[in-house]
Amino acid sequence: MSSTRREFMRLSGAAVACSGLALPGIPGAAWAQGISGRLQPAASASDRVLVLVELKGGNDGLNTVVPYADPAYAALRPTLALPAADLLRLDGALGLHPSLAPLMPLWEKHELALLLGLGYPQPNLSHFRSIEIWDTASAAREYLDAGWVARAFDAGLRERGRYTAEGVAVGTAGLGALSGARAVSLTSAEAFVNESRLARPAALQGNAALAHVLKVEAGVLQAAEGLRNPDAPALRTEFPVHGFGQAVRACCAIVAGQKGRGGVPVFHLTHGSFDTHRGQLPTHAALLKQLAEGLAALREGLVEAGAWDRTLVLTYSEFGRRARQNQSGGTDHGTAAPHFALGGAVRGGVIGRMPDLQRLDESQNLVHTADFRQVYATIAQRWWGVDPQAVLNGRFDALPFIAA
Amino acid sequence: MTLNESDARHLLTRTGFAPSPPQLAPWIGLGAEAAVDRLIDAARAARFMHPPPAFTGETLRTPLGQLPDEDARKAARQQARRDTLDLAAWWLQEMRDTLAPLAERMVLFWHNHFATSVQKVQNPQGMFIQQQLFRTHALGSFSELLHGVARDPAMLIYLDGAANKAQAPNENFAREVMELFTLGEGQYREQDIKEAARAFSGWTVDRADWSARLRPRLHDGGSKTLLGRSAAFDTDGALDQLLAQPAAARFIAGKLWREFVSPVPDAAALERVAARLRDSGWRIDAALRELLLSDAFWAPAARAALIKSPVDLTVGTLRQFEVQLDSMLPIARASAKLGQSLFMPPNVKGWPGYTDWIDSTTLLERKRFTERLFRGVETGAGGLRFDADAWLSPLGAHADREPDAATKARIEFAVLAASPVNPLPAGTVGLSMLRALSLDPAFQLK
Repeated sequence: MSSTRREFMRLSGAAVACSGLALPGIPGAAWAQGISGRLQPAASASDRVLVLVELKGGNDGLNTVVPYADPAYAALRPTLALPAADLLRLDGALGLHPSLAPLMPLWEKHELALLLGLGYPQPNLSHFRSIEIWDTASAAREYLDAGWVARAFDAGLRERGRYTAEGVAVGTAGLGALSGARAVSLTSAEAFVNESRLARPAALQGNAALAHVLKVEAGVLQAAEGLRNPDAPALRTEFPVHGFGQAVRACCAIVAGQKGRGGVPVFHLTHGSFDTHRGQLPTHAALLKQLAEGLAALREGLVEAGAWDRTLVLTYSEFGRRARQNQSGGTDHGTAAPHFALGGAVRGGVIGRMPDLQRLDESQNLVHTADFRQVYATIAQRWWGVDPQAVLNGRFDALPFIAA
Repeated sequence: MTLNESDARHLLTRTGFAPSPPQLAPWIGLGAEAAVDRLIDAARAARFMHPPPAFTGETLRTPLGQLPDEDARKAARQQARRDTLDLAAWWLQEMRDTLAPLAERMVLFWHNHFATSVQKVQNPQGMFIQQQLFRTHALGSFSELLHGVARDPAMLIYLDGAANKAQAPNENFAREVMELFTLGEGQYREQDIKEAARAFSGWTVDRADWSARLRPRLHDGGSKTLLGRSAAFDTDGALDQLLAQPAAARFIAGKLWREFVSPVPDAAALERVAARLRDSGWRIDAALRELLLSDAFWAPAARAALIKSPVDLTVGTLRQFEVQLDSMLPIARASAKLGQSLFMPPNVKGWPGYTDWIDSTTLLERKRFTERLFRGVETGAGGLRFDADAWLSPLGAHADREPDAATKARIEFAVLAASPVNPLPAGTVGLSMLRALSLDPAFQLK
């Protein structure tokens, strides 16, 4: 990144904030100053919704946002390169995989930002370790227990509202970045409410261990109470029947049902497996089609729920894939990859630059051009108005993908 | 000091698993020293109760990298997942049936301390071989254990020791051996890691016979300065230099403290355990004896101060209620669902434990586990066998009758480490009472 560009980001980061973020209880740090009130998508940070969409298994970024004009792309991928004529062209250099057509209306409305080249130094190629790095926002050689979202709650987000739950993970894939927050995982709100029958209300008492158990149990009951909503009107939006579409349905139903309730500020959805070591083309095309259908339905459902303007959706994955295809018509574990940010408050467009296909690292992988923690820093600062350094244990320049 | 019922239960739960009333009875009235010595002697003499899964004795599986194509690799990965689950189920069965629970607790302690995951090692046979090392030294010499771990093929793969060459150093093992295995953060400098990595260089693993060899041509034989001393350290020399630091014994003693006593060690008492570790030539049994006979271990503040791990909850509940099961595979899956997949710790730090075990998801899963267990008791599902009347009768209670107040108190004591939080509705009969107590928040404590 050039120094002028970095300078621009820092300046824009300092200037952009929302009057709704200036709530009591936020430490008066330098980052919170200069609040201008230009961003008006929602009344307050506590009404905002962040939907994290994890592409499990490592999504092939090069065949998602395709640098079709770069001759190195076709050279690295003799049989996997997508023909330029098939792509959904965004500009003279980049095109989207044709399966992503359902996202094009969002692109045209400037509600879709492409965050290029996301990664981190000393990349780890293990699924388990690398997703842990993304979830905890750690450095490659640093081991943190809590998810980065939980640290945002610790940094002041918790006091903004009496949330139904601090996060909801839809599915059985675990809490991920919500780990350590008062989050619950469920496949449907009804099933969770049903299981909560095993919890009982009780006053806080006993030693630290018992107090912790009771606090968690109270959180279950609070979430169940907030999610128990037999009178919530059904959404008219039609959701895709596949697994991801149904996860999107669960998310939209909860957001719609939270009107007048505490709200759920963060969701975690998963899709995949994108671990396409062999025969990648048909698998990847099908997965991206489901992704795009699900995200389009998410928009429609949240527009219907009146929540799209206060929603930010972010895709991420443990890593991208190897630049050069392998001998099995697939791609092996890689490093940097582009991701999507979408929502009514997103500033659409291409953010950052593609990794240089001619300058790979020693394991023949792409070198990242932006740190994924810059995305988190942007969300901390501009979406939630909490101190990004408290969330990330370090300074990361914000990226300009939230509308100002 | 003579053990009363409550003391005996505390000792058995912390050094093994929650006892059933008949398992508890013989320990009441023993002197504390006699009881601790009996536990440690039994652990040192422990043997397998059941033969390990057959695959552990078979010829080594072909390494993934030597398989001809992706289909063969996929099949091998599926086989490895099945083998790992079988190995976990076998280990849980050992824990459930062992007469020396302290031995299994220590093996699990070392698995967590020297955390190694099959997900990177990719060879369940290698994980079994590593566990044999933990068994051999479980209560023996920490020094011998550490030296063994440094040349264990699974560890050499997991922390990239097998990729650490004089010509291209890899610092992964050097860093973790100081931060997580011996000294703790802040007890060394980055330069010490670089120097130690040179000392540890040159190991390779032959995946065909699972042997580790030191290749002189890949080893950096030059002089290194490690923690203030300069010498041509090799692996053993570097490890001994780590163990010579005062921080080392304190670090290991602290880890034992958090496993057996309470979340926050008492500095003075901890120093006595650390001193015992050093003076005894790194004997783990000696340190453990010091720890278990310390005032802090028996103090009221330490009672019910820890949170059951998923293994404590699953195996412990089976042992406590003397429940029989046809297969331990569902228990291995349940433990995984609760956050503890044996042979798959989340990272080199191991399971964070204590309050991290319980979030809203795992708490509901824990309750569902015990609820299903007691529902299975009623239906006999999954070959589940539990004789509620036989279990309740030594306490003077019956499965289908409501106990009187004194009997109720005896049942609560037998099931929970602390008083129940939720009151029981009037008219609750014996078996329903066991189910209700297993759903009480206090059931998560030990």
